Amino acid sequence: MGAATTTVPRAQAHHPDPNENYLKAERGIMSWIYTLDHKRIGVMYLVSVLLAFLIGGIFALAVRLELFSRGKTIMDADAYNRTFTLHGVVMVFLFIIPSVPAALGNFILPIQLGAKDVAFPRLNLMSYYIYVFGACFALYSMVNGAVDTGWTFYTPYSMRTTSAVIPMVLGAFIMGFSSILTGVNFIATVHKLRAPGQTWTKLPLFIWGLYATSIIQVLATPVLAITLLLLCLERFLGLGIFDPKLGGDPVLFQHFFWFYSHPAVYIMIVPGMAVVNEIIATFSRRAIVGYMFVAMSSLALALLGFLVWGHHLFVSGMSEYATMVFSALTFLVAIPSGVKVFNWVATLYKGSIRLESPMLYALSFIFLFTIGGLTGLFLGVLAIDVHLHDTYFVVAHFHYVMVGGTVMGFVGGLHYWWPKITGKLFNEGVAKVAWALVFIGFNVTFIAQFIMGSRGMPRRYYDYLPEYEIFHKVSTIGSWILGLGFLTMAVMFVASLIKGQKSTRNPWGSAALEWQTPTPPPLANFIKVPTITRGPYDYHLATEEELSEK
Amino acid sequence: MVSPDNFQLPEQLSTGAAEVDDLYMFVYWFSVIFTAVIVAVMLYCIVKFRRRPGVKAEPVGHNLVLELVWTFGPVIFIAILFHLGFKVYVHNAVAAENAMEIRVRGRQWLWEFEYPNGTRENNELTIPLNQPVKFILSSDDVIHSFYVPGARWKRDAVPGMYTNISFTPTKLGNMQVFCAEYCGTSHSGMLAMIHVVTPEDFQKHLDSADKAPEGKKPEEWGAELYKKNACNTCHSIDGSKMPGPTWKGLWGKTESLADGSTVVVDENYVKESILKPQAKIAAGFTTAQMPPFTLKDAQIDAIIAYMKTLK
Repeated sequence: MGAATTTVPRAQAHHPDPNENYLKAERGIMSWIYTLDHKRIGVMYLVSVLLAFLIGGIFALAVRLELFSRGKTIMDADAYNRTFTLHGVVMVFLFIIPSVPAALGNFILPIQLGAKDVAFPRLNLMSYYIYVFGACFALYSMVNGAVDTGWTFYTPYSMRTTSAVIPMVLGAFIMGFSSILTGVNFIATVHKLRAPGQTWTKLPLFIWGLYATSIIQVLATPVLAITLLLLCLERFLGLGIFDPKLGGDPVLFQHFFWFYSHPAVYIMIVPGMAVVNEIIATFSRRAIVGYMFVAMSSLALALLGFLVWGHHLFVSGMSEYATMVFSALTFLVAIPSGVKVFNWVATLYKGSIRLESPMLYALSFIFLFTIGGLTGLFLGVLAIDVHLHDTYFVVAHFHYVMVGGTVMGFVGGLHYWWPKITGKLFNEGVAKVAWALVFIGFNVTFIAQFIMGSRGMPRRYYDYLPEYEIFHKVSTIGSWILGLGFLTMAVMFVASLIKGQKSTRNPWGSAALEWQTPTPPPLANFIKVPTITRGPYDYHLATEEELSEK
Repeated sequence: MVSPDNFQLPEQLSTGAAEVDDLYMFVYWFSVIFTAVIVAVMLYCIVKFRRRPGVKAEPVGHNLVLELVWTFGPVIFIAILFHLGFKVYVHNAVAAENAMEIRVRGRQWLWEFEYPNGTRENNELTIPLNQPVKFILSSDDVIHSFYVPGARWKRDAVPGMYTNISFTPTKLGNMQVFCAEYCGTSHSGMLAMIHVVTPEDFQKHLDSADKAPEGKKPEEWGAELYKKNACNTCHSIDGSKMPGPTWKGLWGKTESLADGSTVVVDENYVKESILKPQAKIAAGFTTAQMPPFTLKDAQIDAIIAYMKTLK
């Protein structure tokens, strides 16, 4: 970017007022395209990931619809294989990885620190454009025959298929850099830009979670980049790293891939947990029990995430010693996960609980994540995993963690911070109806998958034996309820944008710092730099005025 | 395949399956109780501590002992779980001394079995009851996974290396085999069936591998072989598009080849296409790769008889 050039586009003669609401401080499309404001970048990310969620969701519904009956329902086998692959790729790389950190995190993290912006605003904008650039490659692949390898791109199949693997893999490769930049930015911001008095022990747990996530993003994503680059070179030049015909080793690819992609599932779930902390504290009006234990459990997950990739390879032909070690290490994940669940439930005890829509999502998170985590125990037990690996049981397990966990956290956070981001309230009654549909639809969809999985139904199957038909039918009907829930939610949010009531400064009566500044926040986040004297959850130290919902 | 006594798991068809199921049910009931307790406490708190005017939440104190107990208490439980899981795994992974060795080759999209005497069969395998079997797995193209739910066991078939699984069948009847590692277009059609029979029937089966079944016309046997050898995963019989040319109206037709020449579909061409698929490739089908099949002459004749009926 060079020397000290001015960053404001020259068309602008005036400097915007730092105390003006960030949505109104500057106007026009160019003010968004060139913006260095973390809040606007967060909003742009938010719009993009919601769009990706819509596309990925349509693919998911198509997959379920095809499986409604045996044989061909709406598409042939090749189209089906492309559809489930695109569902995975879009949901993982375009939606879930950037969802909480890049969208909500960008908006909220600097405000919670009491900072004016992130440490590197330009990198922040760059990360967004890199994300869009990578997404364009993915879209190019989609209109060019797409990919039929599954989101895992396992070799040697990904070497032989005639589908558009290279553009899709390059898309994922490019988007990885966006993820790395977001991580670097958050780490620097948390270390360097805390407001006076904002010590490490007063940091909101949302920040602890994002900080742990950022560490994983920075350390793990380069491994994916190298792996995907090798895959492209192998396909393009016949390098012979993974293809046994050329003297390569296909299992090596799986090790490389999961060395990133297992940490990546903690890139997905830890931010979801981070959001849940904020919601539970606000709606129980109580500090999270065992604050330091919960903060450290995020870091523990980040660390353990690097040590368990082998549990994806228990039946891959890996040595028995390796399976033993990875099984043992995998169980350790249960400890930090348990710590979080126990402390959240303990927080509810003797709280002052209000069941608004964000809280409904946070409580659903605890329930669904508990099931997701416990089914992880089944898969950690070696003898049981050998039976369940690559069946629908695994599909249901990771959807309970990623949808029941991350998506519930993300959507709960979206409800929670919606007034802060848009300055408008939404219809609480409709929000509760949407939550009920999502909750019921999700459980119907995936409980059916647990049962057919433990009965032996393999995943990624276009067709199935008659005995599994009833479970597929139930699961597909569940997906319609789930889809209807998200549709209701979308309508509610759009209605809020168009004719929602203006939100007060602190509609939930939270003690947290981001609710103490005006809503929507001014361009500089605070009218004057705040001095932090109490923790974000210290309701017994907060003044009446701070907690006022008016 | 449905288990009469357990809704969640398939029927137990081998030694070792029961041990896995006991472990499964142990984790299952632990999970159910754990979830029930968490949900009960949550619901109790939601009702009991709902927000009421004038009642404030109680500030959080410190209870280090409790915190340490529920952080490190679970370690004992997961250590036990790991131990049980590993013990059963090792027990089931080691083949018995006197195991009969069956070679299994995974291909897009079929399983080829080879008996100790060299006889080969596609997608169907017959083994004697109570006889330990060791399957030596390999793959000719991409990664497949040999999955027998009735034995609670699977292992990937990886190109360029050998892997194996073993079990002892304990019930007469059929064991379903799936491919569990995604391998392309007809992944879900890569099914095989293991028939568990008495030792006498097993011997009979080995002796009659290349004769038509009793009382079957050649074209009927051909129709069976068409499914049995997974021809149906690439060749349709109703003219619909699949990775290979359809068999409908194929017999006697003049087929154009990828190299521009033509060939009449007759006995020689069909036989060559089965034994050496890459010798003459039909135009427009250059991307799919048919593996070579080792069929006996009688079987090829039956398939030709069947082809003739597909006008």
